Amino acid sequence: MSDIQTISGHRGLLLEEPLIFEQSSPGRDGIDLPEAPPLDLDRLGGLARKAPIGLPDLSEPQMVRHYTRLSQKNYGIDSGFYPLGSCTMKHNPRLSEKVARLPGLADLHPFQPQSTIQGALEVIDLLAFWLKGLTGMPAVAMSPAAGAHGEWCGLMAIRAYHEDHGQGHRRRVLVPESAHGTNPASAAMCGFTVDPVPANALGRVDVEAFKAKLGDDVACIMVTNPNTCGLFETEILEIAKATHEAGAFFYCDGANYNAIVGRVKISDLGIDCMHINLHKTFSTPHGGGGPGSGPTVLSDKLAPYAPLPFVVHGQNGLKLIEHAEEVEGARPFGRVKGFHGQFGVFIRALAYILSMGGDGMRQASTDAVLNANYLLARLKDVLTASFDGPCMHECLFDDRFLKDTGVSTLDFAKMLIDEGFHPMTMYFPLVVHGALLMEPTESETKETLDGFIRVVLGLAAKAKDGQVEDFKAAPRLTPRRRLDETLAARTPVLRWKPGANSAS
Amino acid sequence: MSEMRFTKDHEWIKVEGSTGTVGITDYAQHALGDLVFVEVPEAGRTLKQGDECAVVESVKAASEVYSPASGTVVKANATIADQPGLVNESPEDKAWFFTITLSDPSELAGLMDRAAYDEYVKGLE
Amino acid sequence: MRYLPHTESDRRAMLAAIGISDVEQLFADVPVSARQAASFDLPAGQGEMAVERAFTRMAGKNLSAGCAPFFIGAGIYRHHVPAAIDQLLSRGEFLTSYTPYQPEVSQGTLQYLFEFQTQVALLTGMEVANASMYDGATACAEAAVMAARITKRPRVLLSGSLHPQYRETTETFLKYTELEAEALSPDPLGMEDLIGRIDSRTACVVVQNPGFFGGLQDLRPLAEACHADGALLMVMVAEPVSLGLVESPGAMGADIVVVEGQSLGMGMNFGGPGLGLFATRDKYVRQMPGRIVGQTVDQDGRRGFVLTLSTREQHIRREKATSNICTNSGLCALAFTMHLTLLGETGLARLAHLNHALAVRLESKLRAVKGIKVLSQSYFNEFAVTFADDIDATAIVEALAAKGILAGVPAARFFPGWPELRPVLLLAVTETNTEADMDALVSALNEVL
Repeated sequence: MSDIQTISGHRGLLLEEPLIFEQSSPGRDGIDLPEAPPLDLDRLGGLARKAPIGLPDLSEPQMVRHYTRLSQKNYGIDSGFYPLGSCTMKHNPRLSEKVARLPGLADLHPFQPQSTIQGALEVIDLLAFWLKGLTGMPAVAMSPAAGAHGEWCGLMAIRAYHEDHGQGHRRRVLVPESAHGTNPASAAMCGFTVDPVPANALGRVDVEAFKAKLGDDVACIMVTNPNTCGLFETEILEIAKATHEAGAFFYCDGANYNAIVGRVKISDLGIDCMHINLHKTFSTPHGGGGPGSGPTVLSDKLAPYAPLPFVVHGQNGLKLIEHAEEVEGARPFGRVKGFHGQFGVFIRALAYILSMGGDGMRQASTDAVLNANYLLARLKDVLTASFDGPCMHECLFDDRFLKDTGVSTLDFAKMLIDEGFHPMTMYFPLVVHGALLMEPTESETKETLDGFIRVVLGLAAKAKDGQVEDFKAAPRLTPRRRLDETLAARTPVLRWKPGANSAS
Repeated sequence: MSEMRFTKDHEWIKVEGSTGTVGITDYAQHALGDLVFVEVPEAGRTLKQGDECAVVESVKAASEVYSPASGTVVKANATIADQPGLVNESPEDKAWFFTITLSDPSELAGLMDRAAYDEYVKGLE
Repeated sequence: MRYLPHTESDRRAMLAAIGISDVEQLFADVPVSARQAASFDLPAGQGEMAVERAFTRMAGKNLSAGCAPFFIGAGIYRHHVPAAIDQLLSRGEFLTSYTPYQPEVSQGTLQYLFEFQTQVALLTGMEVANASMYDGATACAEAAVMAARITKRPRVLLSGSLHPQYRETTETFLKYTELEAEALSPDPLGMEDLIGRIDSRTACVVVQNPGFFGGLQDLRPLAEACHADGALLMVMVAEPVSLGLVESPGAMGADIVVVEGQSLGMGMNFGGPGLGLFATRDKYVRQMPGRIVGQTVDQDGRRGFVLTLSTREQHIRREKATSNICTNSGLCALAFTMHLTLLGETGLARLAHLNHALAVRLESKLRAVKGIKVLSQSYFNEFAVTFADDIDATAIVEALAAKGILAGVPAARFFPGWPELRPVLLLAVTETNTEADMDALVSALNEVL
């Protein structure tokens, strides 16, 4: 199919689309604006722009077609099955989009007088109520903008607590080797050093090795639970106990909270602090890489250190606290971003939560775990599972099943693209060789999973049958085939310049 | 021609007189894949054995290069900064990283010779 | 539950395939003491109509900007968002896709980010831009850290022109690092001496233009002073529409430019999500935080786009990464680039001119109000005024809110410990303001003053 040549370069519904800079005709209008009032003397202090910017001029129909065509080159959850492990690509309800656009919520300024935004504060407060209720934790810092930002927020609260209690020398953070890269990166931003903890043969934290690393210079541990291999940390209570006995805190990376939401309270696991990715567990859209939101739940000890701003119940309704002096006992470590948090994301997450309810979320995590175990059960005789089940919300395979076929994990994933699926997460976690991490989520039907299983088994048979060339050539049916990443990095072309970005 | 000595971190050093030439091994370039970026130390920088002295990057991996010996950097190889691919093509010859005036030649005794390094690498696979 | 497709018979069939009889067996690894019974005492799920009613009720408790003469800015600006943007933003292929790690199925996202990076570089007068940060405040903090990394110097000098929340965020970022922030006092009149404070430990000077109090500043002398001393100049822009009319920071010698991009494409959303634009010189690209898209070719030699220079990032470099950022503001970047595509060179210049002309018009109307003095010497679409006789600006704003007018932000909201700022009010004007809005503000002020 890919060898069919057309005069236009288009291939039926696969439409080529130039850059906006290649479609400009100076003076074209995409927006009609009212006439400005006469301006005798500008007030720009002599700083009026002298040269043109160089932006392209397009009309509205051109613009609409441009982005429509670009959208057609993307795969989304709406397009099909997206088993991208550790990313939780589940259905994004459209009700969330609708209510987020209500003018009474969307068309609000963060610095309006508080009497005029009581409903907005209620959205924040109600979401906080649910996050605290679901996790069993007494407090939540709402403002972090994403998961990694929440990690940093939690670690800052931990550092602030230690500094406040004469424990400022606690600078070491224990992080399992299988952790997301954000964990060590966030720790470094708080002035902590990272000490890796090995895993045991069952894919869990090696508790003895972990205990041996505890000491009075340890600020906290950072453990993802369920972990990045999709497994529940079976000895989590013992880990928490040893951590607390050593005077350290237990930070939990909540990236995989969706596996246990509605079933397990975080407070029952001995956790002091955990960020929640609203764009994973609570189904707000990933949007091609954001925006996310990473509220961080805190224990009683850490709660006073929560960053500004936060909402409290006052005498005349809800009150947004923007300065530490306004609340007795508050010891905020600072401010993590501008304004009051990812409000647009809060609305969407709350709409999902109210739709699901406590019962619905329990069923969602149950179905997510059921789906992952179904994949594991149906695939494990052909693919090589890295650890025995049961798994939680995602199942991990490694590339032993491809040994001596000449096919790599990457090749296998690219073949899945031609079969109409988004690939699983590859080469993560780093603790197994050639990882294939599959997270089906609760949104998928049994029929979809069966279709995927049939394809994966078929591809495994093809690989073992020596059809390696097909794998190396994949994908062949996409708008672009494999891209030269080495060229991109060796000679970076990071923007359009006149005459410098020809099509080939 | 003096003999090359090797570190466990896959650097090599070749000494002539009091000057050593440093690079990374064929095994290292192979493990990293196509290199896209190399950062070499400035001339005049003083290094201790084991100090981070250079950075090598492929598309999906980055790795520090550690100095196999103590001393002062004499000259860096500007060619590999412009053409990182040369490290893939000729890691143990043309794509040397820098030369260094050794301050403690006795350190080299702790490094491996070719046969020992080959054996070490075999154990990693 | 409408989002969960399994029937009970599906679930039974799947359990049978797994070889178990009860789904609880899948949770056997959870400690018994942490297994919760069916209910958390949290409310049950609800249908669409009930949920929509709940939000409509909460929305009804707010005074939305469209229902009032509206003059609030201070970092979030109310601009008209063309209808096409929201329609296109809602396409599932944009809305429900992940970060474009698989370039063969993400060319749409990658191409618009490449276009976005180009627009940001052009707008700021810089050579290269990344694919976005969370917001202006965090991008400002990351830029300060980047400047320290480049210069290998520890001190960051924060101008009093900087938005107080950008300042607080940056101070927080640096709090437990080896870097230090020195913040100057709020500076409504543009009187501070930054140049005299630059020394051999200064990594960068951070200024905002237009400043938090609205003032515009020629940054060339400051850029020269920074460069003469080996420091970088970092410029923050809170209102990107200004760049349609005002000289770009790059043209004035900035080394890093950070912009809060909310003004274009996104609406206000009570201040979040925002969009951090981040631009710099080519030579610093490997020190940048965040994702970067680059052009390349595919196996058949056709132009395509990929994420590139990833070795700076946390998923590869871990604790040595330039930042911990992973998720950024992809969809907000799409809204921004769409709006700028609709505007183009011609439209942006016209929009910027309209904003400025309306602001000048409001200023001239306010000159006729007794008891108000305009503080800003120069400005774009926002300026500071002060009330005579030390009248509390907060009280004025509350009084006007009671009359249904959202009349700017009192400076005291940000600087409660600065009595001299008690009578200072920030007023912003955009293309959404009508002549009638301005007259309503003026007559209401005449009533309360």
